[in-house]
Amino acid sequence: MSSTTAAIEAHGLGKRYGHRWALADCTLTIPTGHVAGLVGPNGAGKTTLISLATGMLAPTTGTVEVLGGAPADGPDQLARVGYVAQNTPTYAALSVADHLRLGAHMNPRWDGDSARDRLSRLNIPLDAAVGTLSGGQRAQVALALTLAKRPKVLLLDEPVAALDPLARRHFLGTLADAVAEGGLTVVLSSHLVADLERVCDHLILLASSRVQLCGDIDALLAEHRVLVGPRKDTTAIERDHTVVQTERTARQTTMLVRLNGPVADPDWEAADVGLEDMVLAYMGADAAPAIAELTAVGGQR
Amino acid sequence: MIEFHLNNRSGVAPYLQLIRQVRQALRLGLLRAGDQLPTVKDVAGSLAINPNTVLKAYRSLEYEGLAAAKPGVGTFVTKTVSDESVVAHQRLSMELSAWVGRAQQAGLDFEDMEALFQRAARAAAQEEAV
Repeated sequence: MSSTTAAIEAHGLGKRYGHRWALADCTLTIPTGHVAGLVGPNGAGKTTLISLATGMLAPTTGTVEVLGGAPADGPDQLARVGYVAQNTPTYAALSVADHLRLGAHMNPRWDGDSARDRLSRLNIPLDAAVGTLSGGQRAQVALALTLAKRPKVLLLDEPVAALDPLARRHFLGTLADAVAEGGLTVVLSSHLVADLERVCDHLILLASSRVQLCGDIDALLAEHRVLVGPRKDTTAIERDHTVVQTERTARQTTMLVRLNGPVADPDWEAADVGLEDMVLAYMGADAAPAIAELTAVGGQR
Repeated sequence: MIEFHLNNRSGVAPYLQLIRQVRQALRLGLLRAGDQLPTVKDVAGSLAINPNTVLKAYRSLEYEGLAAAKPGVGTFVTKTVSDESVVAHQRLSMELSAWVGRAQQAGLDFEDMEALFQRAARAAAQEEAV
């Protein structure tokens, strides 16, 4: 396997429950060494995508490969992938040290020293029952246990959603520190765009069960602009660029567009767009025709 | 050694904020040639930001000739911002202050001035592009 193998590669990946597609026609590549933020409204397919990548779910259509192999395909593949589920599950009655002993028995490449190191730096007592720890500490225990596997790919499903801002910062700090050691690719789903902006360099945006955007965050931001101008015919802009969102008042038009080149018409003032505004524009109701179609097919959610 | 901080609300990309803070520290004399910048791992861990962001900022500083990486050791400042440019900026800054004074006398408020300045900057950028 070459070093250029993508961390995660999906082609036409889809998962259907009854009549509803939880994820449809998902094609994306996450290169190794990056931290990818997975965003989208509730029910957009974030957890489904992560579950497919772990192998806990089987796809209805398409394929997904993790580090060039099928998800959960044998002990080697399992050892290379770390996963922390929503609400960071742990065994409440067991101590932190018990968890570390369990991990040592169940994982071939276990690095217990690094986990003890991380937890002691965070002043988390090893002899405490995990049930007595705060939510932030429990999340740190779950992360330290997963990192002790020394995974190549780490999948985190909303790990910071329930944490207070300080605990969130510490959690993401631990994560960034682990990424800086090298050789780790992370996929992190979250609602908190401000957190993602700091720790992620790659973005996967899901809306209505489809991938709306996938790529390097700085490159994506460089391709998007907010155009402000008079209320006038926007056909030329719509022809030359991809209009993500349009708002009109009696005299003014504001559009968020994905550029296919410079904006020639001097009537339009182009301003840079921030990550949050870009994400919200794609999540917005009138985002893309594909969304309207899909809502019609998928029914109400 | 300097310590970085990040403003989530500034709308400026994190790597640009890091670059600006190094440049600012150079201008103010807080950093001089030979000083070491914080390691990528330290910055990533303490700010909870992506290490690639820090690397990108450091590479950009290297490209500008302001810093150099010593493999296995860290990134070091290679250049002290020269006094000449500071003097030149001081003259520009004084000229701008005088202009602001005249604009105020003419009855312009802050936003009027900002609009004028931005239009002039855009015009200059367009001329450059032609």
